[in-house]
Amino acid sequence: MKQPITWQIAAVKTIQQETPKVKTLTLRLPDWIPHRPGQHYDLRLTAPDGYQAQRSYSIASEPERRGEIDLTIERLEDGEVSTYLHDVIQVGDQIEVRGPIGGYFVWEAKLGGPLLLIAGGSGVVPLMAMLRHRATSGSQVPTRLLYSSRTPEDVIYAGQLARWQALTDGLKIFHTFTRTQPANWAGYARRIDSEMLREVAHPLLPAPFTFVCGPTPLVEAVANGLVQIGVPPERIRTERFGPTGGSG
Amino acid sequence: MDKEPMDLNQMLILDGNAAAGLLEEIFAAEMTASPTECAHCGRQGEVATLVAFTYSPGLVLRCPACENVMIRIVETPEAVYIDARGAAYLRLERRAS
Repeated sequence: MKQPITWQIAAVKTIQQETPKVKTLTLRLPDWIPHRPGQHYDLRLTAPDGYQAQRSYSIASEPERRGEIDLTIERLEDGEVSTYLHDVIQVGDQIEVRGPIGGYFVWEAKLGGPLLLIAGGSGVVPLMAMLRHRATSGSQVPTRLLYSSRTPEDVIYAGQLARWQALTDGLKIFHTFTRTQPANWAGYARRIDSEMLREVAHPLLPAPFTFVCGPTPLVEAVANGLVQIGVPPERIRTERFGPTGGSG
Repeated sequence: MDKEPMDLNQMLILDGNAAAGLLEEIFAAEMTASPTECAHCGRQGEVATLVAFTYSPGLVLRCPACENVMIRIVETPEAVYIDARGAAYLRLERRAS
């Protein structure tokens, strides 16, 4: 019988600033179990008066890293949880979490490929867990990441993505910048559309395992575009990030 | 799309993945990959593909095709209320013991 999902007290091991608005918390878990890349943890804060606020945050790290997880969190101006996690919490603090949770939006190396990953903003987080797992497990399935950001400064994990970009293990990374672009940028500079999807996905067609994560408008536009270019709907898995709440 | 103000409701829409923790707490099983069917239009799909509204008092899961309310869950300090009359079925995988 599976154990019921229970809360545990995690300790904040490190905090890393990824972009001006995004931080990664590394949490040590007393009851760590390996997750499936794409899963999330629920995180709960309790005020002295008993008021509780709960959010879900995708795991950014690979399951091969034992005993701890990375949660990457975007600071939302009116997010009562994310502002606390950004502005108040310190290394050594304790927070309540439960997980890993979810079984739909997951990819494991044993599933194989080709693999098509499409992210908008902090929607890259669960896809990062898949890419780190792919790298750590030695998988070389043909994989493409299309990552939409407003500006180059908003790219989360920019350093790691650039290092992977230089490898020849079957992973190719494409950025699109919708608001401002680097100087002399020759890449995409618009919202994701079906033409872009076709150019990026073409070598992986007809039926890549496809994971799309981002805000609802992006997820819906991308899912429609993917169907237009012929990706079978049953190969497309989506996860929507909200401006608050679900990821606040 | 930049020219049009974003529909607030659209921005607030999540999906069944956002309900994963609560559903697992209730059913003691991972539910987002479980198939379900809309009692109104007959669409079949995984729980993760349902449209989720998490900002109401309680959780509302709607059919992404016809917007029928399929499942509502309300928590009180003493109990959990589940109204699933909008779902024709919800499949729970039998576990090998």
